Amino acid sequence: MKRLGKREELCIGCNQCEEACSKTFFKESLKEKSCIQIGNNAKGGYAIQVCNQCGVCIDICPIEALYRDKNGVVRVKKDICVGCFMCVGFCPEEAMRQHDDYIEPFKCIACGLCAKNCPSGAIFIEDVPVGEIEAFGETATAGEI
Amino acid sequence: MNVKEMLKEHKLLAEFRYELGQIERGYTNRSLYVNLSEHRIESKPVTEMMKEKFIGGKGFGLWYLWNAVTSETKWNDPENEIIISSGPLGGITQYPGAGKSLVVTLSPLTGLVIDSNVGGYFGPLLKFSGWDALEIQGKADKDVIIFIDGNEGTVRIEETPLEATDSHILGEQLTEMYAESEEDKRNISVVTAGSAGDHTLIGLLNFTFYDVRRKAVRLKQAGRGGIGTVFRDKKIKALVVRFRGVKGDLNHPADISKINKAGIKLHKEINKFDAVQNRMRQIGTANIIEVMNEYDLLPVHNYKFGSHPDADKIASNVFVEKYITQGLPDGCWYGCSLSCAKAADKFEIKTGPYKGQLVTVDGPEYENAAGLGANCGIFDPEYILESNFYCDTYGIDTISFGTITAFVMECYESGIINKEITGGLALYFGNADAAMELLHQMARGEGFGKIAGQGIRRMKKLFIEQYGADPDFLQDIGMEQKGLEYSEYLPKESLAQQGGYGLTNKGPQHDEAWLIFMDMVNNQIPTFEDKAEALHYFPMFRTWFGLNGLCKLPWNDIIPESNATADEPAKIPEHVQNYVDIFNGVTGKNIDKEELILQSERVYNFQRVFNIRMGHGKREDDKIPYRSAGPVTVEEYESRQERYDRQLIELLNYNPEGKATEEKIKVLRKYREEQYEKLVDAVYKRRGWTNNGIPKLETLQKLGIDFPEVVEVVKPYL
Repeated sequence: MKRLGKREELCIGCNQCEEACSKTFFKESLKEKSCIQIGNNAKGGYAIQVCNQCGVCIDICPIEALYRDKNGVVRVKKDICVGCFMCVGFCPEEAMRQHDDYIEPFKCIACGLCAKNCPSGAIFIEDVPVGEIEAFGETATAGEI
Repeated sequence: MNVKEMLKEHKLLAEFRYELGQIERGYTNRSLYVNLSEHRIESKPVTEMMKEKFIGGKGFGLWYLWNAVTSETKWNDPENEIIISSGPLGGITQYPGAGKSLVVTLSPLTGLVIDSNVGGYFGPLLKFSGWDALEIQGKADKDVIIFIDGNEGTVRIEETPLEATDSHILGEQLTEMYAESEEDKRNISVVTAGSAGDHTLIGLLNFTFYDVRRKAVRLKQAGRGGIGTVFRDKKIKALVVRFRGVKGDLNHPADISKINKAGIKLHKEINKFDAVQNRMRQIGTANIIEVMNEYDLLPVHNYKFGSHPDADKIASNVFVEKYITQGLPDGCWYGCSLSCAKAADKFEIKTGPYKGQLVTVDGPEYENAAGLGANCGIFDPEYILESNFYCDTYGIDTISFGTITAFVMECYESGIINKEITGGLALYFGNADAAMELLHQMARGEGFGKIAGQGIRRMKKLFIEQYGADPDFLQDIGMEQKGLEYSEYLPKESLAQQGGYGLTNKGPQHDEAWLIFMDMVNNQIPTFEDKAEALHYFPMFRTWFGLNGLCKLPWNDIIPESNATADEPAKIPEHVQNYVDIFNGVTGKNIDKEELILQSERVYNFQRVFNIRMGHGKREDDKIPYRSAGPVTVEEYESRQERYDRQLIELLNYNPEGKATEEKIKVLRKYREEQYEKLVDAVYKRRGWTNNGIPKLETLQKLGIDFPEVVEVVKPYL
């Protein structure tokens, strides 16, 4: 199954991934509208915040507006989403995104355009076995009831 | 029979077509008026005055009802109304607990206004269909439904001869009937009563929402005060609303950013802290069963005691482990991440007309476990779930039913009533079979169930007149005030909570003020002035939820980190600011936390005046049964003898040594009753009322509700 992988130690903080993402999704160059977010980590390096497709949000959504597609990517059904943003508040990676210009959340769908624009190879599309993705889900839900 | 055949038999009595319109900053600016006697359906404007003074929700309900009735109107007169309104914040999807409907009518139990705050989708879908409120007056000849199609812009009154009456079936039938597909079911909400609404005064209304994960219709209850009885008296079988297209911006808020910000912040808080705080997402309000037992606050045997050794049999984990089958938390409106709604699926019914059926039981909530269970001495989780199911489907208020049953059990054990009077029901504490049969009798309108279904106040009168019961004893142990049965907390050791129950507008329901912990456990409000301040602030603050279509739980059943250093932690200041922000975000107004209280104070005082207009609402109406303030019987006193003896020494300098229990009860009672009167004095003063509980002219003027017809009501008492 496909998802965006990351190696934070390679990130140079050029923010080209954010630009590629927001331009692709929203035809606008704006960090706040990017599904991937580059920040700083505690060690003085860069942190890459992006959906790992763990799927915790699928269970959080009470109206089944979130689902895993045939490639294993978690996606938002905008037509039935009512914009409650519970998925935003409950995402273990804080990678479900929201912007006040829109009434639904948005997220990384592993399209890979940002990876193509990454000059350092810090992000890349990877194939992960189903079990491993679900394991992410289990880790993320520990403590959740 | 399938629903298509039922639909064929519907007879159209009236149809009304309307422009869909648009919501502006939380308001549609019109209400839907339906007169069932005249088959008349109209659109009424919502005025600026209404929005300014009454805000919405319960405020609108009170205003419409005030204009519909006279001081002589009884609950079953055609001019009595049922008003359902959500409020300007109702229907926002981003902030937890924002889908409530407020229902207002004249109560058959109290003769006063009753208001009830209920989940389910009806209120928001009504608003999105174009209506701030639904106002129903008159009575139909035969059973009808009112169907509102919020996409087509039609309202229809239809006779419905074939549908079921009980809610768990009727809710499914009408959802199936009016949804175009499985996918469309989420766009339907149904309001129903049940067969007990025809025979008792404690009928409730169920509000549905369709649970897409379970593929089941869920029921939430407007429980208190007999609204379902009024509904059935009007021959309403159901209200149905259908609206497709819910989105987060349908209220057309002035500043959606404020709402998003507050909502996401609270979602994160709940995600982080609920599991270690109140476990609302896991078990809902039932999390406090064992807590109440531990603090001697769980009503046991008609509020004689506050704990019981068998309480662990109905502790929250019993329900979590054995009965609550869902793997996932769920809320009663979109976006409620606190998700206190719970259900036991495929629960097999053991008695009554639905014996053998596998049903979904919503709950149990704390009140049900405490009232149906502990208060009646029944520590059986399966009885609690089954009686919970039957109360809901028959349309009976679980709280009144629990408190009523506890009362008749004490009357039975003390010999006031016997098997001859109860028609063979051995109603001793702990007899689950007899309690269950009492419930079925209420639905059938038979036997002693029919008598018990009239409520404690009417039973007291009957027992005195027919069976020679001692009026003073019944007054002491009958846990009702203003005609409404007490909800399920034992307030004996908390004076502030005695006031929290006794000084309410609608009767002793804890939604106005729940001060037990603040008062008794944390000792944060030691003086009369402190207690009076709490009995001013909290009822006003909590009233505000009902003006806006909100739930109380996300205010203080999740505590933010900032509370650790807050000046007034009991108020949860960060969350109060959230409410200020989302109100301003939706309406575009610029209120602060003081203005928020003022909005409530206006409506609260108006409701008090409404009570006075209906012949009550004065000091004598705020008296409480002594069972809620102290030990009535020797058994009660001696069960907590050490505590009471110590209080006699410490508070009264009275030496209990060698004194008879009866004598000690008398001394303690005198003291406690005086304390309550002093509290009443202090609270009335703080609320700007006279010593007789009448809002002063200057109070009404300050609040801007000194309308001539309001002043006319209070004037004779000033």
